[in-house]
Amino acid sequence: MPQPMTNRRSLIAGATATATALGGLPWRGARAQANTLKIGVLNDQSGVYRDISGPTSVACVRQAVQDLGSRGLNVEVVVADHQNKPDVGSNIARQWIDRDGVDVIVDVPNSAVALAVNGVVRERNKVYLNSTAATADLTGPQCSPNTVHWTYDTWMLARSTGGAMVKAGGDSWFFITADYAFGHALERDTGNFVKAQNGRVVGAVRHPLGNTDYSSFLVQAQSSRAKVIGLANAGTDTVNAVKQLAEFGITRRGTKVAVLLMFINDVHGLGLQAAQGLVCTETFYWDLNDRTRAFTNKVRPHLAGNMPAMSHAGCYSAVLHYLKAAADMGADKAKASGAEAVARMKAMPTEDDCFGAGSIRADGRKIHPSYLFEVKSPAESKGPWDYYKLLQTTPAEEAFRPLAEGACPLVRS
Amino acid sequence: MDDLFGIPAPLLFGQLLLGLINGAFYAMLSLGLAVIFGLLNIVNMAHGAQFMMGAFAAWMLLNWLGIGYWAALLLAPIIVGITGIILEKAFISRLYKLDHLYGLLLTFGLALIIEGVFRNEFGSSGLPYRIPAELSGAWDLGFMFMPVYRGWVVIAALILCLATWLIIEKTRLGAYLRAATENAALVQAFGVNVPRMVTLTYGFGVALAAVGGVLAAPIYSVNPQMGSNLIIVVFAVVVIGGMGSILGSILTGFALGIVEGLTKVFWPEASATVIFVIMAIVLLARPAGLFGRA
Repeated sequence: MPQPMTNRRSLIAGATATATALGGLPWRGARAQANTLKIGVLNDQSGVYRDISGPTSVACVRQAVQDLGSRGLNVEVVVADHQNKPDVGSNIARQWIDRDGVDVIVDVPNSAVALAVNGVVRERNKVYLNSTAATADLTGPQCSPNTVHWTYDTWMLARSTGGAMVKAGGDSWFFITADYAFGHALERDTGNFVKAQNGRVVGAVRHPLGNTDYSSFLVQAQSSRAKVIGLANAGTDTVNAVKQLAEFGITRRGTKVAVLLMFINDVHGLGLQAAQGLVCTETFYWDLNDRTRAFTNKVRPHLAGNMPAMSHAGCYSAVLHYLKAAADMGADKAKASGAEAVARMKAMPTEDDCFGAGSIRADGRKIHPSYLFEVKSPAESKGPWDYYKLLQTTPAEEAFRPLAEGACPLVRS
Repeated sequence: MDDLFGIPAPLLFGQLLLGLINGAFYAMLSLGLAVIFGLLNIVNMAHGAQFMMGAFAAWMLLNWLGIGYWAALLLAPIIVGITGIILEKAFISRLYKLDHLYGLLLTFGLALIIEGVFRNEFGSSGLPYRIPAELSGAWDLGFMFMPVYRGWVVIAALILCLATWLIIEKTRLGAYLRAATENAALVQAFGVNVPRMVTLTYGFGVALAAVGGVLAAPIYSVNPQMGSNLIIVVFAVVVIGGMGSILGSILTGFALGIVEGLTKVFWPEASATVIFVIMAIVLLARPAGLFGRA
C-alpha cells in the first residue's frame, strides 16, 4: 500500500508570488500543491531486497531533499512496496502518476519490476531514476528518454569482477544463475566478457528465485571442472549459495568463486568467516574516502542499524541531481515533461559526496568509477562493517558499456 | 564413465544423496505439521515462522549468551516450544470448535506478524551462523565430497522422525493422543486432561520445527524469510503424504527431496514447481493423499 510520507520544504511566499504572477488566479491551497514535486520511492519493503533498498533508500532520498536546501522547491516523498512483482510494481507506478501526481519514481530493485515500470514512466512522460536494478537493458535496447540508470549494471559488474577473474587465470566458467531477467542479463554479459578474452563457458544452471538449497547445483558446477563458478544471482540467493560453497569446501580445493553481485549488507549477513576472500564490485563503499564517510555519518542515524550500500547511495545521488536540475529549470517545467527534466539532468555534470564528479550519457547511463573489492578476513577487520579492501579502480570512462555497443535507439551511431 | 540418462553415474548418485538430505528437512518439518494437524486439526501456517524462530533462537543464544550449537539444539526448541504453548493457550485453543479455515487464517496471520517483527528487528539480509567445529569438513566419497554436517543432518532427522513415530504409534501417551482426536469427551471421562495434552502436543510440534531451524542455521541463510520459502513446499509434502499421517509425511518428505534433487539435474528451472505438479496428480488420483485415510 502506498503510504504518504510528507517531506516538504514549503516556501509559501514564493508559491503565492507565482500564483499572483499567473494572471491573478484566485489563490487556493491547491496552487501550492500543483508546484510540489512528488517523488515516489518504489522498492522492496518486506522481502529479500529490503536491506539493499527498503527503508534505507527512503532515508537517503529524504537526506537528498534535505541537503538540497530550499531552492524554491516543494518536495514530497511517498513510498510503496512492489513485493518483487512486476504487475504490482507497474500498477503502483500507474496509480501514482495518474491519480496521485507523482513526478519521479526512484530506486526499483528487481530487474523484472524495473523493466515493467520503465515502460509505464515513459508512456506518461515522467522521470525514472533507477538505482537498484541491475539489468543493463535499461540503457540498452529498452533505454528511454525518461530514464536514468544510476548506480551499477550487469555489464559493469561483468567487466570488473569477471574481467579480473579471467585475468587471474580463470578461463573456464560455470554459471549458477537466478532464473529471471536479472540473472539472464548478468550471465550473458559476463559470458561475453569471458569469451572475448578467450575463455570458455562450460555450463550453466538456472535456479528459481528464492531457492534455498544449492548443493545440487554446486556438485554440477564442480563436476564440470570449470575453474570459476560464477554466481549470477543476488541477495538471499547469493548468501545461501556462498554459505554452501564454503560448506562443500569448494573454494578450499582451488575452484574460484565469482560473486557477480554482492552488496555490503550481504557480506554482513554471511559473516566474514564465510565471506572472506570473495571478490566483488561496488560503486560506493562507506569507508572509501572522507566524502563517503561524511555522507554515511550524516545518514546513518536514520537507518535503524543498516549501512548504506551503493544502491542507497545511488538513490541519494540521483534525487539530489534531479532536484538540482528541477531547481534550475523551474518546478513547473520539470513537472510538465519528464523527458525534458532528464535532458536537463544529462546536460549538467553530477557532483555529490557518494560518487564524486560524474555525468549522465545520452542513453541514460550515469557514469562513475567502479571498485573491485576483496572481503577482509576476520583478523583484518577492525569492527562491524569494516569489510572491504580495495583491489582496483576502473575509471568512469571504462567502467560501463561503451555508448555505441548498447543498441539503445536514443543513440545515433 | 557410465552414463545414466545422459548424466554421468557418479553425478547422479551425488544428486540422489543430496536429495535425501533435503528430504530430511522436508520430513522433519512435515512431521511437525502432521502431528499438529493429526491431533489438533489445525493447519499450522505458522510452522515456517517457527522454523525461522528456531534458527534465530540459536543465533541469539550464541551471540547474546555465548551458548553454542549443541546446547542450542536442545534449548532453542524448548524456548520456541514455549512460545508455541503460549500461542496455543492465548489464541489457537479458541478455534477447535470452528472450521479448519479459521485455524489456517489465524496461524497465517501470526506467521506474517512474527516474520514482520523479525524483519524489523534484524533486517532481511540474514545473520551469520557457523558450522560447529566438530562437524566441519567433508568426506571424499569417490563420486562427490560430502560435507560432514549434511551427514549429521540426515542422521538427526532420521532419529527424530523415528522417535516421534514410535511415541505416537507405540506408547501409551501416543495412544491417549490418538484416542483424544477420535473422541475427546470419552478420553476426558477416563481422567485424562485433554486440553493440557493438546497444548503440549502443539508445543511439541512447534519444537520440531525449531529443531529443523537450528539444524538449518549453519547451512542456510538465517533470515526472517527462511521459513516462508520452505513452508509451502512442506505443505505440499503433507498433502501428498496424506494430511495427518505421520509415517506418510516422513516417507513423502524423503521421497520428494530425492525427486526435487533429480529435477535440479534434468530441468533446474522446474525444481520449484515439480513438487506441486506431483501434488496435483496425487490429489486427482487419491484425494486423501498417498498414506491418508479417506
